[in-house]
Amino acid sequence: MNHMVQYSPTRFDASFAALSDPTRRGVLEQLGRGDASITELADKFHMTLTGMKKHVGVLEQAGLVATQKVGRVRTCRLGLRRLEEEAAWIERYRQLWAARFDALDTVIEDLKRKESR
Amino acid sequence: MNNRTTVERKSERELVVTRSFNGPARLVFEAWTTSELFMRWWVPKSSGASLLSCEMDIRTGGGYRLEFGHPSSDKTMAFFGKYIEVTPPSRLVWTNEESADGSVTTVTFAEKDGGTLVVLHELYPSKEALDEAMASGSTTGWSEQFGQLDELLVTSL
Repeated sequence: MNHMVQYSPTRFDASFAALSDPTRRGVLEQLGRGDASITELADKFHMTLTGMKKHVGVLEQAGLVATQKVGRVRTCRLGLRRLEEEAAWIERYRQLWAARFDALDTVIEDLKRKESR
Repeated sequence: MNNRTTVERKSERELVVTRSFNGPARLVFEAWTTSELFMRWWVPKSSGASLLSCEMDIRTGGGYRLEFGHPSSDKTMAFFGKYIEVTPPSRLVWTNEESADGSVTTVTFAEKDGGTLVVLHELYPSKEALDEAMASGSTTGWSEQFGQLDELLVTSL
């Protein structure tokens, strides 16, 4: 009875699957500090290029990372769109509860007044 | 000044909502477990929806049933379940049985700094169940006409 908001399930699913892996979370954190090439990321996380390509692929699939190839270098940056959608769902859910709880404040104030009489 | 409501997806299966209230736990608990009081706050006015009835058999094993109406439909929709634990004034646990994959909701009321900290915890049977619940109101057994209500409830806040 608590849910009164909508969301696209497949996107949500892909994002949380992508975020379930510690290396991928680390990559997102790293990209939060600045763009990086796949080679740089592989070095940073002590992985093979192929391994890092796989992780970046999962993140890209989920819309969490965007990549661009310039010459022979593929640069990665944060793809904010889906993260923002998830944050937006949570925020709408929060607003629902905030509205309920503001009304609950009024009820509690009434109860307190009645008691002090 | 109102206290801040926070929400966190604690894990793949859990959502946690927290809020402080300026009153003792027994009053917050009372507002949560007395149907006339509950009806005054559970549905935000701005949603356009109204709580038509609210039956609460407040005891461990007792049931509840909420019936909602909305101007956009002649039909009503119901939310229902059972109280698994009722411990005044500190803890309330209930099931959400309008959907097969419904959560179990635990609310704790803890007195802190002269007020009451409310922590509402929703545990879903699986990650998929929570994703689904987030995805659409259709999984909570709402009628077609009410499919948009969830959207209305939040976009009009």
